Amino acid sequence: MDPECSRLLPALCAALADPGQPVADDTCLEKLLDWFKSVTEAGSSLQLLRDSPCLVELLLQVPQAPGLSPRVLAFALRLAGLLAAQEACFQFLQQGELLSGLFGEAGPLGGAAWMAPTVRSGWIQGLRSLAQHPRALPFLAELGALDTVVALQGDSSLFVASAAGQLLAHILGLALGGPAEGPPGPPACDWPASAQAVVGHLEEALSAATAPRATQALHVLTTTFGHCHRPWTQGLWARLSPLVARLLEKDPVPAAHPLVDLLLSVARSPALSSDRGWWEMAARALGSLRPAHAGPLALGLLTLQDCPQALSAQAFAVLLQPLACVLKAAAQAPAPPGWPAGPEGDAAAVATLLSSRSACVGLLCQTLAHLELLQPLPQRPAPWPQAPLLGAVLTVLRFCNGSAVPAPGSDLGGHLCAVLAGCARVQRAALGLLGALYEDAGPPELVTQVFAVLLDYLRSPDSSPTVLKKAFQAALQWLLSAPTPPGGCAPDPPAQPFLGELLPVLQRRLCSPCWEVRDSSLEFLTQLAGHWAGQAGFRHALLASEVPELAWQLLQDPESYVRASAVTAVGQLASRGLHATPAGPECPGGPQKGVLPELLGVLAADPEGFPRRAAMQVFARWLRDGHAEAADAERFVARVLQAAGRDLDWEVRAQGLELGRAFLERALGRPGPPCPDAAAAPEPAAPAAQALRAACRVGLPEFALRALFDCDRPVARAACALLLLLRDQAAPGLSLPEAGPAVAALEAALQRWRAGEQAQPPGPLEPEAVLAVLRSLDLEGLRGALAESSDHVERNPQSLLQDMLATAGLRGDNEADCY
Amino acid sequence: MKLYCLSGHPTLPCNVLKFKSTTIMLDCGLDMTSTLNFLPLPLVQSPRLSNLPGWSLKDGNVFLDKELKECSGHVFVDSVPEFCLPETELIDLSTVDVILISNYHCMMALPYITEHTGFTGTVYATEPTVQIGRLLMEELVNFIERVPKAQSASVWKNKDVQRLLPSPLKDAVEVSTWRRCYSLQEVNSALSKIQLVGYSQKIELFGAVQVTPLSSGYALGSSNWIIQSHYEKVSYVSGSSLLTTHPQPMDQASLKNSDVLVLTGLTQIPTANPDGMVGEFFSSLALTVRNGGNVLVPCYPSGVIYDLLECLYQYIDSAGLSSIPFYFISPVANSSLEFSQIFAEWLCHNKQAKVYLPEPPFPHAELIQTNKLKHYPSIHGDFSNDFRQPCVVFTGHPSLRFGDVVHFMELWGKSSLNTVIFTEPDFSYLEALAPYQPLAMKCIYCPIDTRLNFIQVSKLLKEVQPLHVVCPEQYTQPPPAQAHRMDLMIDCQPPPMSYRRAEVLALPFKRRYEKIEIMPELADSLVPMEIKPGISLATVSAVLHTKDNKHVLQPPPRPAPPAGGKKRKRVNDDIPDCKVLKPLLSGSIPVEQFVQTLEKHGFSDIKVEDTSKGHIVLLQEAETLIQIEEDSTHIICDNDEMLRVRLRDLVLKFLQKF
Repeated sequence: MDPECSRLLPALCAALADPGQPVADDTCLEKLLDWFKSVTEAGSSLQLLRDSPCLVELLLQVPQAPGLSPRVLAFALRLAGLLAAQEACFQFLQQGELLSGLFGEAGPLGGAAWMAPTVRSGWIQGLRSLAQHPRALPFLAELGALDTVVALQGDSSLFVASAAGQLLAHILGLALGGPAEGPPGPPACDWPASAQAVVGHLEEALSAATAPRATQALHVLTTTFGHCHRPWTQGLWARLSPLVARLLEKDPVPAAHPLVDLLLSVARSPALSSDRGWWEMAARALGSLRPAHAGPLALGLLTLQDCPQALSAQAFAVLLQPLACVLKAAAQAPAPPGWPAGPEGDAAAVATLLSSRSACVGLLCQTLAHLELLQPLPQRPAPWPQAPLLGAVLTVLRFCNGSAVPAPGSDLGGHLCAVLAGCARVQRAALGLLGALYEDAGPPELVTQVFAVLLDYLRSPDSSPTVLKKAFQAALQWLLSAPTPPGGCAPDPPAQPFLGELLPVLQRRLCSPCWEVRDSSLEFLTQLAGHWAGQAGFRHALLASEVPELAWQLLQDPESYVRASAVTAVGQLASRGLHATPAGPECPGGPQKGVLPELLGVLAADPEGFPRRAAMQVFARWLRDGHAEAADAERFVARVLQAAGRDLDWEVRAQGLELGRAFLERALGRPGPPCPDAAAAPEPAAPAAQALRAACRVGLPEFALRALFDCDRPVARAACALLLLLRDQAAPGLSLPEAGPAVAALEAALQRWRAGEQAQPPGPLEPEAVLAVLRSLDLEGLRGALAESSDHVERNPQSLLQDMLATAGLRGDNEADCY
Repeated sequence: MKLYCLSGHPTLPCNVLKFKSTTIMLDCGLDMTSTLNFLPLPLVQSPRLSNLPGWSLKDGNVFLDKELKECSGHVFVDSVPEFCLPETELIDLSTVDVILISNYHCMMALPYITEHTGFTGTVYATEPTVQIGRLLMEELVNFIERVPKAQSASVWKNKDVQRLLPSPLKDAVEVSTWRRCYSLQEVNSALSKIQLVGYSQKIELFGAVQVTPLSSGYALGSSNWIIQSHYEKVSYVSGSSLLTTHPQPMDQASLKNSDVLVLTGLTQIPTANPDGMVGEFFSSLALTVRNGGNVLVPCYPSGVIYDLLECLYQYIDSAGLSSIPFYFISPVANSSLEFSQIFAEWLCHNKQAKVYLPEPPFPHAELIQTNKLKHYPSIHGDFSNDFRQPCVVFTGHPSLRFGDVVHFMELWGKSSLNTVIFTEPDFSYLEALAPYQPLAMKCIYCPIDTRLNFIQVSKLLKEVQPLHVVCPEQYTQPPPAQAHRMDLMIDCQPPPMSYRRAEVLALPFKRRYEKIEIMPELADSLVPMEIKPGISLATVSAVLHTKDNKHVLQPPPRPAPPAGGKKRKRVNDDIPDCKVLKPLLSGSIPVEQFVQTLEKHGFSDIKVEDTSKGHIVLLQEAETLIQIEEDSTHIICDNDEMLRVRLRDLVLKFLQKF
C-alpha cells in the first residue's frame, strides 16, 4: 500500500464507523473492497492489519455502533471475510473473538439491521470469502451458521437466496475437498460433520413435498457439480441420485427447470459422466418431463461429446416431437422417412400443448431455436434428417402465413392454423432455422419449395419488418449455397428463377414506406451484389431492373440508417460496375453525376453520422480493392481526407486514418489483397521517401497530426500508430534535420492543436518538416499515455480514498448551508 | 324479441328488431354489387363500349341482344345500373318506429325505405354520418344522372329468361326487386327525416326503450348502438375498428353486460393486414410513377382516402414524389375534404388536439395549399386544363361502373406503364375489371379494411361477455376460399346465432321484469316489516297507472262520502272495491314447539312424520292431519270447524302477520 493511502485510511475508517457521517455510495464501497482484495491477494492480510490497525478498529466498532448504515455494515462483514481468508489473519482476528462478534449472534444477525437485504448479503459474502481454509469449518459450526444459511435459501431477496445456495455449495466443497483425481474418497458415513450436515439438509429438501425446497437443493447441487469435479462428487451423487430419481417419478415433475440444469451439470462433469446410472436417469427424465422442459434437456444431451447412441436418438426424437406434430397436423401421414421415431405418449402431450396459443408459440420457438443451435455442431445426430426437417420448417412457415392446408379431420391442424397465422415470433424462429439449414441443402424439389416459401414471405405485404429481414438473410444463405456450374455463368435451378423473381420484389421493397424494410432491402442488395456480381445473368437482370436506380435515390432518404445502407449499397454496386447509369431526360430523378462526387457530397453534407461513416467505409474499401474511382489514388485520398478532416463524428475521423493507412501501405508497396475485378493494379513498391512525399501531397501528415490531439482517444491512438508507421518507414535511421522555418511553423500549429484550437496548418507540409516534427515528438510516450484508459487517474486507490473522505466531509458544509 | 333480417350482406346490414313495443330498424345498407352486372357508364363516348355485340342464346335467338351485350367473354346488362334493395316483404316497413344508422356506408338504402314504404318514423344518426352520407348519395346520384341512358332493361329479369343466361346473371338473386337509383329530391326528403344525435346521448323511444350511440372507431361519426330497457340490454355492433386511424376510438366498455349482441360489419378481407396493405399501396404507387406511369385509385370520396392522403403526406418527399400531381376527382371532393376538417369533436385525440394549436386536423390541407393535391368536381372543366402526367388520380366509383373512374380506365387501360390500385374492399376487383378486358394496365389489389378482424372480435367478446351473440351466417364458418382457416370465424360460447336474408330470428331471451314507480305519498304510507335480515316487506294497496310505457303506483282514491246525487254515485262506480284484506303471513313453524303447544292445549297421541316437503302432524285421537310444508299449511279434519279454527289459531301463533 502506498504511503499516501496508509495516511488516508485511518480517517476513512473513522468516518465509516461514525453513524453520523454520510456514507459513500455503494459503488465507492465496492471499489474499496476491490482494492482491499487486490492488496490481500498481493501480500499478507496480517501484515496489512498490523500496518493499518484502524481496520481492526473499524471491525471492532461496527457491531457496537448503533444506527450504522446497512451498507457500511455489509461492507465491514465482507471486509472481515476478505481478510480472514488467510489462515494467519483468521487466527489473529479470532484471538479477539472479532469474527464471532461480527458473524455471530452478537453481530447484526440478531439485530434490526438484519432486516436489510444488503446486510444479509454481506454476511453471506463475508462467510463465503472467509471459508477458504480448514479452520473456517469449525468456526462456522460454532456459529451455527449452517442453519442460518439454509434458511436464507428461501430469502425474499433473490440475491441473498442465490448467494446462500452458493455458500452451501462452497462449504460442501471445502469440507470434502481432496485430491483433484483419484478414488472417490471416504464413504459417505465418514464425511466430516459439516459435510454431513449440508448433505442432510439437501436430502431433506429433496424429499420435501414442496417444489421451492427441492429447487433450492437442486441449485446447490448444480453449483457443486458445475464447479467441482473432484472424486468425492461421485460419492455425493451416489448418495443423492435416488432422491433426484424419485422427483422424476412424480407427475408433474416438481422443479423441472432446475432439475434439467442439475442433470446437465452432472452430464458435463468429467467425474460423473461415466456413471451408467446417470444415463438411465437422463433417459427416464426425457420420458417424464413435459415437452417445454424435456427440450432443453434433449439439446443439452445432444451437445455432449460422449452421449450414448441410444440416448442421443431418444433426445433427438424428443427435440423433434413438436415438429413431428406439425407435420402430422398437415399431412396426417406417418412420420416422413428419415424422421426419428418418438414415443407416442409424448406426441399426445405435445399435441395438447400445441392446442394453446402461448404454449404452442413458446414450444415451437424453443424447438426451432434449439435445432438452429444444434445444426452446426459436429456432434449433432447423424444421419441428420435434413429433408424432413426442411419439410417441417416449411410446413411451420406455411401455417404462419395461412397457406398450409391442415390434414382433413385434424383438430390440431385447425388449431395450428388459428394459432400460428401471422405469428411473427414463430416466423422469425422458423426463418432463422431455415437459414441455418442451407449448408446441407436437400432434394431439389424441397429446395424449390424453400425458394417458393421464401418468395412468399418476401412478397407478402403482411410480413413484418423483422420477419422480412430474417427472410432476406435466409434467402441470401440459400442463394449462396446454390451450386454454380463451372464457368460461373448461372446458378443451378431453382436458384436461377428465384433470382429472377427476386428483383421485382426487391424493387417494391425498396419503395416501402417503412424505413426498416428499405434498410434491410438495401443490406440484402449489397450482399447479393457482392456475391453474384460476377454472374452474367444476374448482372444483366439487375441492370435491366430499376433496383440500382432506386438504391441511388435512397441516398436522399429521410431516414439516416437507410441513407447509410444506401451509401454502402451504391458503393458496392459501383465497385462491381453495377451502379445506375446516368439518367436520361425521361428520368429526372436519376443520377446526374458520378458515384464519387455523390458520396463525397454525403460525407461533406449529411447531417447524420451513419451515412458519413458508411461513405468512409466505402472509400476505404475502394482504395484497398483498387476500384476505378480510386484509380488516381492521390487525388482520391486527398479529396476524401479534406472532407473527413473537419467531421464532428469521431468514427469518421478514425476511418479517415484507416484510409490514410491503406494509402500509405499501398504507397509503400504493401497493398492489401486486390479484388478480382480490380480496375487498377497496385503501384510498384516505392522507396519510403517517395511514399512520404505522396503522403504529404494528399495531406495525410497534417490530417494525422491534427488527429493526434483529437479529444476522442481512439482517433488519437490511430493517429499515433499511423505516424509511428510513417516515421519508422520513412526515416528509420535519419538523424534529426535542422529546424527550418517550416518546422517551426508546423510546431506552432501543433501547439495550437494541442491547445484545442482549430487553426489552419501553415500551407502544404514539406516532407522534411514532417520528418523533423515526427522525430521531435515522443510518439512512443504518447502511445503509452493513450493506451491508458481514460479514467486511469480517477481509478487509483488514492483518488478513491480522497473522494470518499470528501463525501464524508461534506456533512458539515451541508449543515452550514441548511442554516 | 325478434330480429327480422332484411339484408344478407354482412357489411351492409339491414335488420329490424322488435323489442318491447318498439320496432327498430338497424341500418339500411344498399348492396351495390348488383351493378357489376351492368355495362360501365362512360363519361365520354366510348366507341368500344357502344359497339359491343348483342348477346344471343345458343340457339341463335337474339331477342335479348338489345338488353345484354357481350364483352370479353362476359355478358353485361346494357341499362341504367340497378341496386339490390333490402327485403321489403318480410315485415310491413310502415310499422318501423325508428331507424338507427351506424355509419355512412350503411345508410345508402335510406331513400328507398323512407320514401316508398309508408315509413313515418324518425331516423337517428350522428352529424358526420349524415353529412358524409349525403355526399356519398349525391355523388352516386350525380354519377348516374349525368350519363342518361335511354333504355331500362327488364326482359332479362323474367324468371324464365334469367334461367337461360350465363353466370353470374343466372345466379343473381331477387333481380325483380332491383331498383334504379333514387333522385336527389328523394335523398333530400329522406335526409330531412334524420334527427342528429351525439355519442352517449340517451334517446327515449316511447318510454319503452332507450337507445344510445357509441363511438365505433371505424369512420367519422360511426356508431354502435345500445338499445336497452330497465332490465334488458341489446348491443348493436356494426362496422367497428380498433386501429388508430382518424376517428374517435371505439367505446368498448359500454357494450358490457349485454343480453344480446348483434355483430355485423367485420372486415371483408380478414387475411389482409391494413398496415401491410398501406405499405403495398405506396410501394406500387411509387414504382409506377417512377417509371413514368399513372396511378388510378378507385375510391369513395370519404373514409380511407383521408388516411391514404395522410400517409402520402408523410411519404411523398422521402419517395421523391414531390413533383407528381395528385388529383382527387369527385362531385363532392371539395365538400369531403373540407367537412373532414370541421368535425374535430368526432376525431381521435391527436387530431382533436391539433385544433387547439390551431392547425387543421388532417394534413391534406397542406397538400392542397402546396398544390400537391388538387381536387375537381369532374374531369370536365378545370381539370382538363391542369391535367399533367404522370399523376395519381383518386376517383369513384370503386365498382368501375360509373363515375369519372370509367374514363380513366378507358384512357389508361391500354398501357402497361399505368397501374390501377384497388383499396376499397366492397367489390371483387376481378369482376370490376371484367368489362375492361383485355387490359394492359397493371392491377394491384390492396384492400384496406380497418374493421374488426376475427382475433379482435374474439378479444372483444371475451371483454364484454354478452349472453348471446347474433351474427350473419357468413361469420359462423370459414370463408369458402379458405375452408381450413378455422380462425376466420366467430368462436364464442354459447355459439353465435346466425341469420341470413329474409329470416326471422326469435332471440333466445325472455323478459322477466318491469319497472314500476311508486308515488312519494304512497311510499310514505308504507310500513315495511323486516322478515329476514335485509329483507323487508310491506303491503301496498294502490292504483296502477300506465301511460307511455311507464307504470306508476298511485295512492288509491279515498272512499267518497256515502249517499249523494246520482251523478256522484256514478263516479264512485269507477273506484276499485277496496276490501279489507286478510293479513299476510310469514315465517316458519318449528315442529317440536308446535307439538308441545298442541299438548299444552290438550291434544294427545300426537305423531310427527317427516315427508319430502316438510312434516305431517297426526292427531290420531281427533282424526286430524296437519300438513306443514315450506309454503303452505293444511289442516285436514272431518267437518269439525271448531277444531279447525282452534288448530288454525295455534298455527297462526307461530307466524308473523302484517
